[in-house]
Amino acid sequence: MSGASIMLRNVSARYEDATQLAVNDVNLDVRAGEFITLVGPSGSGKSTLLRTVNRLVPLEQGRIELDGVDIATLDPVVMRRGIGYAIQAVGLFAHMDVAANVAIVPSLLGWDCARIERRVDEMLELVRLDPARYRHRRPSELSGGEAQRVGVARALAAQPRVLLMDEPFGALDAIVRHTLQRELHEIVRSAGTTTLFVTHDVNESLLLADRIAVLRAGKIEQCAPPLEILAHPASDYVHKLFAADETIARLREEARRQ
Amino acid sequence: MSYLFAHPAQVAILAGTHLALVAGALATALLIALPLGLAIARNERASRLVIGALGALYTIPSLALLALLVEVVGLGPAPIFVALVIYAQFVLVRNVVAGVRGIDPAQRDAAIGMGMSALQRIRRVELPQALPVIVGGVRIAAVAMIALATLGGYVGAGGLGSLIFIGFTLHHNDEIVAGSIAACSLAIAVDLALRLFERFTRSYQQVQGEA
Repeated sequence: MSGASIMLRNVSARYEDATQLAVNDVNLDVRAGEFITLVGPSGSGKSTLLRTVNRLVPLEQGRIELDGVDIATLDPVVMRRGIGYAIQAVGLFAHMDVAANVAIVPSLLGWDCARIERRVDEMLELVRLDPARYRHRRPSELSGGEAQRVGVARALAAQPRVLLMDEPFGALDAIVRHTLQRELHEIVRSAGTTTLFVTHDVNESLLLADRIAVLRAGKIEQCAPPLEILAHPASDYVHKLFAADETIARLREEARRQ
Repeated sequence: MSYLFAHPAQVAILAGTHLALVAGALATALLIALPLGLAIARNERASRLVIGALGALYTIPSLALLALLVEVVGLGPAPIFVALVIYAQFVLVRNVVAGVRGIDPAQRDAAIGMGMSALQRIRRVELPQALPVIVGGVRIAAVAMIALATLGGYVGAGGLGSLIFIGFTLHHNDEIVAGSIAACSLAIAVDLALRLFERFTRSYQQVQGEA
């Protein structure tokens, strides 16, 4: 199933009952099937912005459209079943096994049992967890990396047209993280799922994104493809955000030369 | 002890009335405490306010509350029934809140984010995981209510309290002992049964979703 387009118009939102706006007058057009990373330091509003799209955070102002339909006119519960959602803390249901966790949204959508069972196996294979070994494990019996894989499988299980991910690989070591990044990249590319992906890891955003949206104090400072961000940062802020890694790259090159 | 051995059927009937009174009050108390606890659990301020208020009610001397309730609802089982429901709220609501609070908040976020309605979230995520703690509260409440319900003897509610009350007015220690022993046995039996149920809910939690 192909992805939906997302349009944000003058979107403002507040984090819970904070006095300041966490997202301030943001405009963003995401094409169907596009992969956008939202990058910025903590407090820049990237998570809040993400959570406005599935209405976990209400809009203070503005409008969000999925495939041209204003999401304010949709039933939020029904709408969310069509939007994959994965978070850093994963939030696997502790009293259910891996299979039941992955089956949540398909079962909410009323798929028949046989189809759900098949889908669960497919999804586990997709995130490289052997269904025979992992189906009946409890979340407490999984490593951090395995749990995050299950989280990704769960988010993708009902073939969502939009995928929202908030640092889904946040707690992982660099190697596992890199494997999962590549796998996710393949999965959503082949499915054509429109993806918004929050991260504070600039490497991750460079690797995954079609376009990177750099956030600063609730506003989008620049939204452009990775190479353009590197070559033509719109401001000193964007430059500095990505410069930390340039330093490492430059050091590495120098080290190699010696 | 002689009364107990001389009139076992009598005592059994009173124990039956006693148990019915407590069971009815407990069921009613749960019907209030469950939705109330689930509703306030994730709201820090509301929980503190409600549990504080229920704690204050809990400290009212039971005899005084009963006397007050007789003024309002009259004699018979009604005043002790209402008193039991009121006293149970503190323990029950506190445990419902503790049970739900014990669940990782990310699970709630994921449940809502994936498109569960509030009822689905409560039924499929929060209640099953909070159940052992809730049953633990029910157990404590039930034992306390069995003891407290003996006060019903003073207001004509029947039950084992009437045996104690008769013994008290007639200076027959035998009846007092019989009523007390029966009430204690009832409490111990109910405690044991609910302990088993609590263990069952924990093991049920282990296998749920594996079917």
